[in-house]
Amino acid sequence: MARMTMIEAIRDALDVAMGADPRVVVFGEDVGYFGGVFRCTAGLQAKYGRTRCFDTPINESGIVGAGIGMATYGLRPVVEIQFADYMYPAYDQIVSEAARLRYRSAGEFTCPMVVRMPTGGGIFGGQTHSQSPEALFTHVTGLKTVVPSNPHDAKGLLLAAIEDPDPVIFLEPKRLYNGPFEGHHDRPVKAWKAHELGEVPEGHYTVPLGKAVMRRAGQAMTVLTYGTMVHVALSAAEETGLDAEVIDLRSLLPLDLEAVTASVGRTGRCLIVHEATLTSGYGAELAALVQAECFWQLEAPVRRVAGWDTPYPHVHEWSYFPGPARVGAAMRELMEVV
Amino acid sequence: METPDHNEMPPLSLVVPEPEVRPGDQPDFSRVEIPRAGTVRRPPVDADPEEIRDLAFTIIRVLNRDGQAVGPWAEALEIDAEALKEGLRHMMTLRAYDARMMMAQRQQKTSFYMQHLGEEAISCAFRRALNPGDMNFPTYRQAGLLIAGGYPLKTMMCQVYSNDQDPMRGRQLPVMYSSKEHGFFSISGNLATQYIQAVGWAMASAISGDRKIAAAWIGDGSTAESDFHAALVFASTYKAPVVLNIVNNQWAISTFQGIARGGSGTFAARGHGFGIPALRVDGNDYLAVLAAAQWAAERARLNLGPTVVEYVTYRAGGHSTSDDPSAYRPAEESAAWPLGDPILRLRNHLIAIGEWSEDRHAQAEAEILAEVVATQKEAEAIGTLHQGLRPSPADMFDDVYAEMPPHLLKQRHEAGF
Repeated sequence: MARMTMIEAIRDALDVAMGADPRVVVFGEDVGYFGGVFRCTAGLQAKYGRTRCFDTPINESGIVGAGIGMATYGLRPVVEIQFADYMYPAYDQIVSEAARLRYRSAGEFTCPMVVRMPTGGGIFGGQTHSQSPEALFTHVTGLKTVVPSNPHDAKGLLLAAIEDPDPVIFLEPKRLYNGPFEGHHDRPVKAWKAHELGEVPEGHYTVPLGKAVMRRAGQAMTVLTYGTMVHVALSAAEETGLDAEVIDLRSLLPLDLEAVTASVGRTGRCLIVHEATLTSGYGAELAALVQAECFWQLEAPVRRVAGWDTPYPHVHEWSYFPGPARVGAAMRELMEVV
Repeated sequence: METPDHNEMPPLSLVVPEPEVRPGDQPDFSRVEIPRAGTVRRPPVDADPEEIRDLAFTIIRVLNRDGQAVGPWAEALEIDAEALKEGLRHMMTLRAYDARMMMAQRQQKTSFYMQHLGEEAISCAFRRALNPGDMNFPTYRQAGLLIAGGYPLKTMMCQVYSNDQDPMRGRQLPVMYSSKEHGFFSISGNLATQYIQAVGWAMASAISGDRKIAAAWIGDGSTAESDFHAALVFASTYKAPVVLNIVNNQWAISTFQGIARGGSGTFAARGHGFGIPALRVDGNDYLAVLAAAQWAAERARLNLGPTVVEYVTYRAGGHSTSDDPSAYRPAEESAAWPLGDPILRLRNHLIAIGEWSEDRHAQAEAEILAEVVATQKEAEAIGTLHQGLRPSPADMFDDVYAEMPPHLLKQRHEAGF
């Protein structure tokens, strides 16, 4: 075991994968010599050479399109989009090509590729360094979408994603890169080394895609969440004193529906929390599933706390980000419904 | 020119390019400058791109009016008369196949078809420059790659009919073929996407220390897509072993090539901005296409990097079975196209060198038609769009992922399977 930040855990996963499999190649903007703007690929080019880890022109469609071509050839590309906010030029390649290739060729051509992208807000990133576009991926048939919330899962999920035969969108909450964040922007930042999930096994292990995990057992309600909001939800449960069960989904698609229904079936109340904007966000899918699967157990309407339906603002960061106060208030209101 | 005062300047006006002729007008190709066959030089494959810029602004041609193969590109060609006759047969087969499938669409045996009329030489000849293991990333108008590569015609028909023997299990629109074994990447409806994928595939071959090369394909209209630019940037940066083919058939559905080309002169010239050598070739000259393809493929195999090749041709047919070209261009325009018909030109060459005759050609035409019709009957006996054996709708849920996730399994059950 070693203590790692999420950045180190991701780098370690790439190192383990590249060391084990010569087909794994890593590329993107500033990924090579410099080691990535977030340091997630630092040292990989020096260790594995320029043809295994390299810089690309600034062209997201080119990065993903070339990755698809390589995956089709038989390599295992792990490509990086510098910010999830900049994936839109690659969206045609992701949706029309990567996601559809196996289907349209009846399995003749496949796309075992991982597209990594830092996601989420809480860092004064403004409109184009804070977005959470996961719903734009979960709506696409043929993609898998993963969001880790800690170093241990980040490494295990990334290794599982690289070994997966299907294209995986790997969203890394950049607010969690250096430490857990409960949404208390006015308190000192924390480091992963003081957190139990900063303990990362050495070498190879995987965290399976499609499996959620319970972060806090509780009886009063179920909170369905992922990424940074896992920590916010845990904090809100402590602060409200409400006995909430917090489920970290980890994989949005495939979704661990069993874990969701088992928990909501028991608690009878469900709060969904994500940073992404509310309308047509991933929370809407979760709410519809919970409503359909747990209708007779529900004691209150399913409730969602999400980013407002606005572009991500700069100066209003903490009025926008669904912090522990907003999540806590929603928890209390959810308990008031009899 | 003296610049007038700001307020005295005339108001700005937008330039919207327009073809010289429209329906009812007299076709006019006088603007197309066509050099005599054999007059364009053939540089060594390792020539400095800077030294061969002129080749993007001319047209490499081998077959002259008398059907003789002339000039340096003819001399460098590696092909014998038997192979040429086979090439002629490929083109004739593609044309006969197209005609039958067009008719089948009119008979509602399939929903859709796209023909290659006038462009047969490009894909049929290019295929000959590739080795087993090389990979094409085609558009929907390169079926000659399959025919010249020995892919069964019956399987192509089954794909068009979406019947039980369709390898794509009826999931794809007609003509969106796929065959890994035949070096033919799965066709996508989204234009230009495959161009950058071809570059990535070629990069993978180079990363792996392999000897395989890729061929990218795009039409004149789709060069305007962002992925064309992405492909040229990546190919240029990494010197990927890829041939970047542009089929300039003058038309993108109803839009004339000037809308995509603007003032750039030629599509081939686009390569120069990326430091990629570029050739411009007579796309209706089987021998010229082959000669250029061999040159570009050799460059790629020698790790000298990518080549842009523009094939100058004319889309003689409608864009698709859903298109009526008489609504936007003169009906006689294809007959006026100065580079002629690729099949007739190769036929005349073979006659000129004493390897073929008009009788043998007529006989071959009848044979090929009989063969295509017989194959069509076999395919139709399996099924067509509305009749016969079709893939099970249960198949609809397979291959979305390697393994069917629970939510899809549930939906398949809901659908009754």
